[in-house]
Amino acid sequence: MEGLLSVSVGTVFWASIAFISVLLILKKMAWGPILKTLEEREQGIANALKQAELAKEEMASLKSGNEQLLKEAREERDKLLKEAKEMGDKMRAEAKDRAASEASQLLANAQREIETQKNAAIAELKNQVASLSIEIAEKLVKDKLNDAEKQNALNSKLIQDLKAN
Amino acid sequence: MHSIQNNVRMMRSWLMMALMTLGVVAYGQHETHAVAAHQKSDSAAVAVGHAEEAHAEEEKFNPGEMIMHHISDGHQIHFIGKLYMPLPVILLNHGHLEVFSSSNFWDGFNEKGELKFKSYTAASGTTYENHHEKIVISSGEGHGHESEHEAPMDFSITKSVFGMLFIIVLMLVIFRSVAARYKAGANKAPTGLQNAIEPFILFVRDEVAIPSIGKKKAGVYMPFLLTVFFFIWMCNMLGLIPFLGGFNITGTLSITLVLATLVFLITSFSGNGHYWGHIFWPPGIPFGIKLILVPIEVLSIFIKPLVLMIRLTANITAGHIIILAFVGLVLLFGQNSAVAGYGVGVGAVLFMIFMFFIELLVAFLQAYVFTLLAALYFGDATQEHHHEEDHH
Repeated sequence: MEGLLSVSVGTVFWASIAFISVLLILKKMAWGPILKTLEEREQGIANALKQAELAKEEMASLKSGNEQLLKEAREERDKLLKEAKEMGDKMRAEAKDRAASEASQLLANAQREIETQKNAAIAELKNQVASLSIEIAEKLVKDKLNDAEKQNALNSKLIQDLKAN
Repeated sequence: MHSIQNNVRMMRSWLMMALMTLGVVAYGQHETHAVAAHQKSDSAAVAVGHAEEAHAEEEKFNPGEMIMHHISDGHQIHFIGKLYMPLPVILLNHGHLEVFSSSNFWDGFNEKGELKFKSYTAASGTTYENHHEKIVISSGEGHGHESEHEAPMDFSITKSVFGMLFIIVLMLVIFRSVAARYKAGANKAPTGLQNAIEPFILFVRDEVAIPSIGKKKAGVYMPFLLTVFFFIWMCNMLGLIPFLGGFNITGTLSITLVLATLVFLITSFSGNGHYWGHIFWPPGIPFGIKLILVPIEVLSIFIKPLVLMIRLTANITAGHIIILAFVGLVLLFGQNSAVAGYGVGVGAVLFMIFMFFIELLVAFLQAYVFTLLAALYFGDATQEHHHEEDHH
């Protein structure tokens, strides 16, 4: 037991020298750089995470911006479409109106023309009837006047008509 | 990817199993050999000196002696059977330095296969003896009792010192190569050995140092805590490796004493006014109780590191003793009948395998406990806030 529980000066001496020197050597050569690098790495990871978070936020804001833009574009398109449609409608309506008015104009012109033509025809017809009537009357008169008796009778008749008037 | 990881894990566990079985066999082989030799020499007259004669029961296998031989410090490393490695003996005799190999004390083997010792006369003319691993100056009348001898100051590289130096060289090699990876830059992904070491460094920093000392001050103590942690752990593990001389470095009181003293010195030197104030004049306590409390507090300054020292030594030594005791049990039964020996052997080997697993855990646990308590003491010494009551 004595060997187990006794403290040897020599062992204490070597242990002190050895342990303290390994402590100092490792502190300078290993623990310092290792702990420093670990801290740097952790900082780097924390920074990277933070940046990723920022990027995510930026992406989200970009996305919402995009959506806004898209929405605006859609609205713009709708507006344009609506305007175009309105204009088309208007133009069509105008064209229709114009066509209608032109047609009615044409119709009026045609009616007027027809009226004029009709009048002219009527006038000509009257003239022809008149001239035909005169011709017939002439022929009749001529025929009547060829026979003295008949001529007398006509005279008398004509005179009677005149008298009656 | 997954199956490779599984294979590696399986190989690792097989290796561990193999290692442990080997350990059991190693202890067993050596002792069986000793007993066999012992039984042969049953009737042979043993006349090596009065050291042997003094023990009437020498013929019987003595498990206590076997266990002590394995866990005690010594001047040579015993691998297996008759394979010994000499270590340098460094003595300081009245200001005169003597350096020679411990093999100078060797005098062959006795019939039991045990190393015999003789006296050795150094170049200076002084004759020394290895008396139960304690170097004494020979009185010239052969062997005698230890108390009759004058002992020189022994600065020898003993088994434990050698083991410690081995671990220190190993630590320097491992951590230098790992540190080189870190010096390459923070952007490099960890590789190889770095991956094995880093979790433990982070463990010491995040689970031990920062919770005990606080984030701001922990950095100052990290080098000490890391060195102590890895030193104790690796020494504990070296003690578990068979064929390697049964190192019991962290079970050597002289070495744990150094570690505990360092903890004591660091705690005392970093103690702030708050810390010393609580020891010598605890605030908020009536005068009468102060008279009782102050001596207790002063004692506790010394008791704390003392407990650190004893806990580590006792735990590691106890682990070795338990495993060796089971080996002894087998040999003790085997001495009476081979059947009993084998019968007990099966149970004992199973229990030893279990103990080896426990010891693997204890090896880590004790390193952790020592580091954690050291960190708690440092934290106590440096804290500013009024948390003192929580610890009492």
